[in-house]
Amino acid sequence: MEFLGYEREDGGVGTRNYVGVLSTVICGNEVAEKIASQVKGATAFLHHQGCCQTPIDINRVNDVLIGLGKNPNLAAVLLVSLGCESTNIQMVADGIAESGKRVETIVIQEEGGAARSVAQGILLAQSMVTDASEQKRAPFPLSELVLGLKCGSSDTTSGLSSNPVVGILSDLIVEAGGTSILGEVTEFIGAEHLLAKHAKDEETAGKMLELVARMENRAIQMGFDIRGGQPTGGNIKGGLTTIEEKSLGAIAKAGNAPFQAVYEYGVKPDVKGLVVMDSPGREPEILTGLSAAGANVIAFTTGRGAPQGFPFVPVIKLTGNEKTWKNLIDHMDFSVSSVMEGTETLEEAGNRLLSELVDVASGKLTKAEISGYTSSMDIYMVGPVI
Amino acid sequence: MKQNAIMIKVQDNVATALRDLDAGQTYQFVAGKETRSVTMKEAIAYGHKFAAVDIPKGTDIIKYGEIMGRSTAHIPQGTHAHVQNIESLRGRGDLEKKGV
Repeated sequence: MEFLGYEREDGGVGTRNYVGVLSTVICGNEVAEKIASQVKGATAFLHHQGCCQTPIDINRVNDVLIGLGKNPNLAAVLLVSLGCESTNIQMVADGIAESGKRVETIVIQEEGGAARSVAQGILLAQSMVTDASEQKRAPFPLSELVLGLKCGSSDTTSGLSSNPVVGILSDLIVEAGGTSILGEVTEFIGAEHLLAKHAKDEETAGKMLELVARMENRAIQMGFDIRGGQPTGGNIKGGLTTIEEKSLGAIAKAGNAPFQAVYEYGVKPDVKGLVVMDSPGREPEILTGLSAAGANVIAFTTGRGAPQGFPFVPVIKLTGNEKTWKNLIDHMDFSVSSVMEGTETLEEAGNRLLSELVDVASGKLTKAEISGYTSSMDIYMVGPVI
Repeated sequence: MKQNAIMIKVQDNVATALRDLDAGQTYQFVAGKETRSVTMKEAIAYGHKFAAVDIPKGTDIIKYGEIMGRSTAHIPQGTHAHVQNIESLRGRGDLEKKGV
């Protein structure tokens, strides 16, 4: 089986061919958004970080922006900077350029304000789109897929149908030599003993358990029961009672493949197969983390109906909840309510989902791409705003 | 055929409603590879759990064959098992604060 993708100079394969307009700081968002809105083929990544933060977070902003810029779904990158932020613009531009892509930077304070920056940015983005549009899709093996795994607005159907179906998909991608990234460490809490059995060795299991302890301690230090935050109010309405129950359903996304390595947030895996990446469960941060780690397609399960996609990585939204499938059809891409009905097995649904994934990787648009429900993204920070 | 409810492993003590279940009705449901039946003492909404057996206060709640919390009250068979009578054992900053 093959998909049709875009070959990149650094060896990566894109499932999309966008020009990325990346804001380097919260203060550049308005300009980045306006540039992208005026150029067909360009898409903006907006966030709220990059200034008045401790070095651990500023370094992370630099690294995540480099990771996003290098994502194979981007043909070229336009950085939009205010000019006085803490983000190291030169380092970010140089880091992305290592991939062989064209990188341009607009600095609002040097350009002379937003109006001139938008005008100049549009001209740059237009020429980048012209160049990008010359590239043609070509067949590639599934081993070039880097699948991101995510569940959001979960309900009881998530653990019983959509998550196990994605687990089968993940196993199929891993069997084909591809990569699958499991994040949402919060949702390992209470199920980490089961996940640990899937580590390739004890050292790798230990690293995963450390991430879980770190995440749980962060929550405990606040002095409250995490219930209400995790599981969320919506999870509880949907029938999920505790974080343990949510986690036991959530880890089904990982399938049965052994996980090979554990990474910090947004770090690109240097091995193939199933890997674990630190991240919280909230959509803006994990979708960004998966994309910075090089995911070129994301499978996102939902129970009650989470709408978000990502600006330049297709996010396939699937649900086992028949009501959500019908009520939120403008956000849903794929139904596995057949599994809940007992008319399709998990294996059958997993193979059907693989076929959908190959179509999407080859260009079929997802609902989030069509509707543009992709602008509320963010980078996962560990320290305070100061 | 559409199932009424599912108990994922036979050792579980809660089951999940796969459609809205009415009070006073007796429902058959899948329990691992077996079939069980329980009479509902109250209505259970789609996606929510009910006690498949009488669950005394302070008992581990088992779903997927794993511990998912602990009962904070007696949960009679056929009644709603949820946040009002099950507590989480993890991420409990509230307990640390009280020094429990």
